[in-house]
Amino acid sequence: MNQFHEWISQPWPWYVAGPLIGLTVPILLIIGNKSFGISSSLRHVCAACVPAKIPFFSYNWKKEMWNMMFVLGIVIGGFIASFLLANPHAIVVAEATQADLAALGITEYKNLLPSEIFSWENLFTAKGLVFFVIGGFMVGFGTRYAGGCTSGHAIMGISNLQWPSVVATAFFMIGGFVMTHLLMPLIMQWVGF
Amino acid sequence: MEESLASLFKYMLVGIFFGIVFVKAEVISWYRIQEMFRLQSFHMYGVIGSAIITGIISIQLIKRFNIKTIHGEKIVLKDKEFRKGQIIGGFIFGLGWAITGACPGPLFAQIGSGYSVIIVTLLSAIAGTWVYGRFSHKLPN
Repeated sequence: MNQFHEWISQPWPWYVAGPLIGLTVPILLIIGNKSFGISSSLRHVCAACVPAKIPFFSYNWKKEMWNMMFVLGIVIGGFIASFLLANPHAIVVAEATQADLAALGITEYKNLLPSEIFSWENLFTAKGLVFFVIGGFMVGFGTRYAGGCTSGHAIMGISNLQWPSVVATAFFMIGGFVMTHLLMPLIMQWVGF
Repeated sequence: MEESLASLFKYMLVGIFFGIVFVKAEVISWYRIQEMFRLQSFHMYGVIGSAIITGIISIQLIKRFNIKTIHGEKIVLKDKEFRKGQIIGGFIFGLGWAITGACPGPLFAQIGSGYSVIIVTLLSAIAGTWVYGRFSHKLPN
């Protein structure tokens, strides 16, 4: 039992995690004919809470309750993994990345997210504005505009050999590269790192 | 078809399994996303790539052997339609992905992991979704 706990507490390698994530696609299809996707849950929240007579939010969101239960499960799974199966050691990050991040002002590696950015103290600062508010807005706006996120397009869409999903995934990556290499150095300076 | 609570519960179980994998593979980590966009680690490419390969094989098997759902229904897969949004929206999503270090799935797992400030990011993502819905008819599509 102790050995099992030690094994499961370690970070899992990509060749274990990737196939398990991929298996979600057939599991959801077989248990209920559901296409894997997560960003739709954000749309269902809008439809349930603030539909405001907007056609895009006028549909029977109750039929999509499965998706809300799925994301609730993700929250619970996150809790279980972080509090019961937690890795006791600091996260290991590639040295080249550590050097790049140090140049930007990020030097701390205790958790999965740098507390230098992601903390409540930063909420009403320029850091909070960029990383929580604008960042989150772009994730929500962009993913809906694209008709899906990394789960709906990159995994479900490409698994079903849909070329529009390949296009979407390519632009997810291009956006990420542009932000990381061109905009982030400017933003980090602006927010005060 | 509206499903009973018991029936909905099974999706929560799949979500729990999925959330655990997300955290244990550290794909919810801001640092892993930085490594990916800086091409300094294979981890995220390995995760996404092997997930896609598993998905492709699974869907091919479902089609080839005409596998049905547990309720005996035929499995329905919708084709995705190409729109300009996949380019423009995809690009905007990518910008947000790199600074938040999370796509929608990991946002939920981060909140469960105790990073409570990510609730703000999630609310902002919901606001972004709403604004898209409000103005979608005016955007190039």
